[in-house]
Amino acid sequence: MVEVAEKRTVSSADPRQALPDASGHFGAFGGRFVSETLMVALEELEAAWRKYRDDADFQAELDSDLAHFVGRPSPLYLAERLTAHAGGAKIVFKREDLNHTGAHKINNTVGQALLARAMGKKRVIAETGAGQHGVASATVAARLGMQCVVYMGADDIKRQAINVFRMKLLGAEVISVESGARTLKDALNEAMRDWVTNVDDTFYILGTVAGPHPYPALVRDFNAVVGREARRQCVEEYGKLPEALVACVGGGSNAMGLFYPFIDDEDVAMYGVEAAGRGLSGLEHAASLCAGRVGVLHGSRTYLLDDDAGQIRHTHSVSAGLDYPGVGPEHAWLKDSLRARYVGVTDDEALEAFHLCTRKEGIMPALESAHAVAWAIKQASRMTPDQVVLLNMSGRGDKDIHTVADLEGISI
Amino acid sequence: MTRFSNRIDRRFAALAEHGRKGLIPYVTAGHPDPAWTVEIMHALVANGADLLELGIPFSDVMADGPVIQNACAAALEQGMTLEKVFAQVAEFRARDSDTPVILMGYMNPVERCGLETFSRRAAGAGVDGLLIVDCPADEAVETRRVFAEHELHQIFLVAPTTTEARVERMAPLAGGFIYYVSLKGVTGSAALDAGALAPAIGSIRDRSDLPVAVGFGISTPAQAEAVAAVADAVVIGSALVSQLDQAETETAAIEIVTEYIGGIRAALDRCGDAVAAEARA
Repeated sequence: MVEVAEKRTVSSADPRQALPDASGHFGAFGGRFVSETLMVALEELEAAWRKYRDDADFQAELDSDLAHFVGRPSPLYLAERLTAHAGGAKIVFKREDLNHTGAHKINNTVGQALLARAMGKKRVIAETGAGQHGVASATVAARLGMQCVVYMGADDIKRQAINVFRMKLLGAEVISVESGARTLKDALNEAMRDWVTNVDDTFYILGTVAGPHPYPALVRDFNAVVGREARRQCVEEYGKLPEALVACVGGGSNAMGLFYPFIDDEDVAMYGVEAAGRGLSGLEHAASLCAGRVGVLHGSRTYLLDDDAGQIRHTHSVSAGLDYPGVGPEHAWLKDSLRARYVGVTDDEALEAFHLCTRKEGIMPALESAHAVAWAIKQASRMTPDQVVLLNMSGRGDKDIHTVADLEGISI
Repeated sequence: MTRFSNRIDRRFAALAEHGRKGLIPYVTAGHPDPAWTVEIMHALVANGADLLELGIPFSDVMADGPVIQNACAAALEQGMTLEKVFAQVAEFRARDSDTPVILMGYMNPVERCGLETFSRRAAGAGVDGLLIVDCPADEAVETRRVFAEHELHQIFLVAPTTTEARVERMAPLAGGFIYYVSLKGVTGSAALDAGALAPAIGSIRDRSDLPVAVGFGISTPAQAEAVAAVADAVVIGSALVSQLDQAETETAAIEIVTEYIGGIRAALDRCGDAVAAEARA
């Protein structure tokens, strides 16, 4: 019999869930590699995070927002026709695509915006790749009456025009980042530069489990509601924990949110799916855990994609949300400690899964999530019908219809 | 505490002895043209620089403004590498064995090279100090240890946001000099409030015996003079880099250095004279 009581608090006796350590490290990874100007702001943020994570009033307000504004809990859905297609384990979706604004990103932005307000900050900034985090940030800023500036790579602005317009409708200022590869990593650089300059009145809503401490832990904690719910729902529905978890990994926030409450459940396998783009043998991918090495980027030590001189490489993925040369440090640690396994899915495999899921389930996944769908089918096919593969359907695909149409030569 | 002294310590000791304010220009290695860098370094010294700060080009200069971003991108496009930076320092050293050289850069190229290899090559080329922008004192245990084995100082930044408690913790770890960032923001940002400097620098001096250099946002001789009234040295970075950006030839670049750095030097010397006069009186 598996002990399946819902865990909300982190046991300090446990070496895995207790990470990061006091200095913000997950083993050899993580830390705080930023300019001195930001150190005190990060210390203040860490103090606020530690304070409010155990504050009953704050948590009650967060829970209420998650229920009434986000629409939690999100359902657990058995994908019957996809299961039949795979011919093995049951494929079950955690429906984060049904959240307000269409992805898991809102879990984190609701939490960070409450933190910003508690810290007395009036202005929030965010970086965004696919635009989901930018939309989620603009949404919470609108609701709390805060000024919002979103940094977005010029190339991403082109491929995610709908989300750009959504952010503007919500009252956010979207700043096009023209430097570097003009994608997510450059947007993050620019948001950091803004924060360094306006550190007194500005709260930086970082969108993934990367960046300097405490962001990897903070963003994970706000997304861990996904894993806590999924754990409880799976037990209610199937009388046991799932045999495998599957989630896509760019920076890694949806995967970390799903994985974290299961870290101590040794029998639950974890698969993080990275963007293999046009193939891992070449350079046109964004799979830092599968094909990268350890270095320092955006404030933490982690796996990343660079050249032999240590210059950060331009990455490629059909999905803007996975098109990032680094990854959250806790994933780096889960990889090296062999607790989770990281695999790659190519653009073509993800697109095939996008269509398959849309046609067979009536659920159009975000291209990011389609990477997880592709791997879940593969994984389920190697397992038995009594087993469960639980996939984080991290976002919906509405934002990607132009990308898919373009790739297939269709003009809409 | 660091147990060695190198060109940086000797230079600051000499400056103090002569009542001269230090001038530390920054250029990005390989900008605007890799072939000009060594001559630019010599011209900086000839026109009054006391220490040189040489930027290691990096793809993701998170703490730098657009001027240095663009300079890094231009240098990388022209094939600059860490190897070439070391080669430029070694070539500079062939004709100048006294002027301290500090490399300024980011962590990832250093780690990719390997900390031990990086330090050996840097020391071998004639580098004296390292300023790794994204390696605050908190993360510097390993870098400090290895740099020190090669008698390289690791220089730390202190920002307007830095608390006294942090300065207290940082002071015993710092080598060479303390680099005070004169404003919140990235390199090359606009406003500098010289008036706010005195108490901040006083607070550092209460906690460290190291010289204090001030940088970020200093571009005119008047600003340099005002800063030098309270600091031991002044760093001129983005303003110089943006002027060098205009140079079409090496001769033009040298002329810019002569005129611009010469002007800053004259301003610092006015300040130095006043200090010396005060000392005599």
